Amino acid sequence: MPTDKTDGAGAPDLSKQSGAAVQTGPDFDGNGRPRIAFEDVSKQFGKNVVLNDLNFNVAKGERVTLIGPSGSGKTTILRLLMTLEELSGGFIYVDGDPLTHRKNDAGKRVAMKPKEISVIRKRIGMVFQQFNLFPNMSVIENITEAPIHVLGQSKDEAREKAKKLLDQVGLGDRAEEHPTRLSGGQQQRVAIARALAMEPEILLLDEVTSALDPELVGDVLGVLRDVANSTDITMLLVTHEMQFARDVSHRVMMFDAGHIIEEAEPDAMFSDPQHERTKKFLQAIL
Amino acid sequence: MPDLSSIAPAGVVETLQDHWHTLLDGLKVTLELSVFGGAVAFVVAVVLGLAAISRLAVVRTVSRIIVEFFRGTSLVVQLFVLVYVLPQATSVGSHPLLFCVIALGLNYGAYGSEVVRGSLNAVPPGQWETTTALSMSWLTKIRRVIWPQAWALMLPGLNNLMVMLVKGTAIALFIGLPDLTSVGDDLRKSGVDAWTVYGISFVLYYLAALAFSAFLRHLEVRAQRRLGIRPSKVKTAQATAEAVA
Ligand SMILES: Nc1ncnc2c1ncn2[C@@H]1O[C@H](COP(=O)(O)OP(=O)(O)O)[C@@H](O)[C@H]1O
Ligand SMILES: [Mg+2]
Repeated sequence: MPTDKTDGAGAPDLSKQSGAAVQTGPDFDGNGRPRIAFEDVSKQFGKNVVLNDLNFNVAKGERVTLIGPSGSGKTTILRLLMTLEELSGGFIYVDGDPLTHRKNDAGKRVAMKPKEISVIRKRIGMVFQQFNLFPNMSVIENITEAPIHVLGQSKDEAREKAKKLLDQVGLGDRAEEHPTRLSGGQQQRVAIARALAMEPEILLLDEVTSALDPELVGDVLGVLRDVANSTDITMLLVTHEMQFARDVSHRVMMFDAGHIIEEAEPDAMFSDPQHERTKKFLQAIL
Repeated sequence: MPDLSSIAPAGVVETLQDHWHTLLDGLKVTLELSVFGGAVAFVVAVVLGLAAISRLAVVRTVSRIIVEFFRGTSLVVQLFVLVYVLPQATSVGSHPLLFCVIALGLNYGAYGSEVVRGSLNAVPPGQWETTTALSMSWLTKIRRVIWPQAWALMLPGLNNLMVMLVKGTAIALFIGLPDLTSVGDDLRKSGVDAWTVYGISFVLYYLAALAFSAFLRHLEVRAQRRLGIRPSKVKTAQATAEAVA
C-alpha cells in the first residue's frame, strides 16, 4: 500500500511512486476505509444498462482519471457520486459511510433519507463541463453563496476566503464582475474556486476543459495542477487531456461499456497499455 | 393642453362632468379587485407552481387537481358558489368584495401557476445540478438561485394574465358589486348614452391595464438586468407557451 499518496501533510509526491505494484485494490486509512468505494453499483436508464455490478475504491488523496470511449459510463459514475443520478443497485461509500443507500440490520438495501444524504454529500464537490455559474450573482457571490447558506459562514469570512481562492485561480481583480463578462476559461476557474470554497474532501471534474477554446485550456489545467499539488483533495477526473492526466493522476482507469477493462499508473497506461481496446482508444485520441 | 371638448364628442365631456364621482367610485372598486385579486393570484400561482415541481408525487398531484379544477370550471360559477352557497352552508357571512377577490385569485392563480412551473422548468438543468453539487437545501436552491432566474422568465406570462385579470374583474357585475362595469351599466339604464358610457369604460379599463402592465414590465427589465443578459426570446416564449398550453 503506497502510503505516500494517502496520508500525511502536503501533496502526494508522484516522483516517489514506484513503478512496481500498481494499486488496484482499496487503499485504507487507519480505520480501514477508502475515501470512495463503489460496491456492486448498477445504473440503468430505462432498459439501457450503463453500469453493471461495478466495484472500485479510491484512496484518500488519490487522483484517478477515468478514460474510455464516449458512452462508456464515465459521466454517470461522477453523477452518481454527486447524487445527481439515482443508483439502480449497489452501494457507494464515502469514508466508509453509505451515500444514498445502506444495508439495514437484516442486510436489505434501503434508501437513505434526503437529510442523511446531504450530510455525506457535503464532502463532495463537482465542476461541470459547462461551468454553470449563477447568472444572478457576481463572481464573488457565486463563490460565497454556498459557504454562507450551507456551511453557515459569516459573510465576511466567506468573502475573505473567496478572495483568496480568486487570487489562487488568477482572478483576484474580477471579484465584483458579472460572470457573463468573463471568458469561458475564466468562468471555469471561478467554478473551480466555487467548488473549493466548500472545502470538499472529494472533487469531481467532468471534462472541465472540453467546452473551452483551445487557447483557454492551459490556464484551467494550470489551476487544477496547483490544486493537485497544494492539497490532498481526492480527485476523480474525466478528461481528454492525456498529458494533464499523466501529470496529476496516480491511477488511470479505462472504461468500456461500464466496466473497468484496465487500470494502471498513468505512465504504464499510456506507454504500455495491455488491453486491445485500450490500445485502440489511446491511438485514436493521442 | 387642447380643450377636451375639441377632441372628444360633446357627450363624453358632459357625462364626465355629471358623473365623474360615480365613475371614480366604480374605478376604485375595479382597482381594488385588480390589486388584491392580483396579489392573491400571485401567491396562489407561486404555491401551486412550486408544488407542481415537487419531488413528492402526492404534492404534484394535489397541485394538478387544484389547477385543473379552477381552470376547467367557470369563474362565474365559482364566484356564485362563494357568494351564494358558502354563506348558507357555513357561518362565514357575506363579503362580496372579499369573495370576488378570492375567486379571481384562485382562478388566475391557477393559470399563473402554469407560468411559474414553466419558468422554473426553463431554468437550465445545469443550474439545478450545481445547487445540488453545492449541497444547498431546497429552500436555498429556490430562493437564491432558481427563483431569481425563473422570475425574469415568468414576468411576461404573469403580465399577460394580469391584464386579463384587470378586465376579468368585470364579473363583479354578476354579484352586484359597484365596479366600473356595474356603475356604467347603471348610468346607461338611467338614460346616459350607451356609446358614451361604454366608451369611457373602455378607456378607463385600458388605462388601468396599461398601468399594471407597465409596472410588471418594469420589474421584468430589472430582473433581466440583474441577470446581466436578456433572457433569450426562445426561453421567454417557451415559458409563456407552456402557460397557455
Ligand atoms: N439522463 C440519461 N438518460 C438516458 N440515458 C442516459 C442518461 N445519461 C446517460 N445516459 C446513457 O448512459 C450511457 C453512458 O453515458 P455517460 O455516462 O455520459 O458516458 P461517458 O461520460 O463515458 O461518455 C450512454 O449510453 C448514455 O446514452
Ligand atoms: Mg461524459
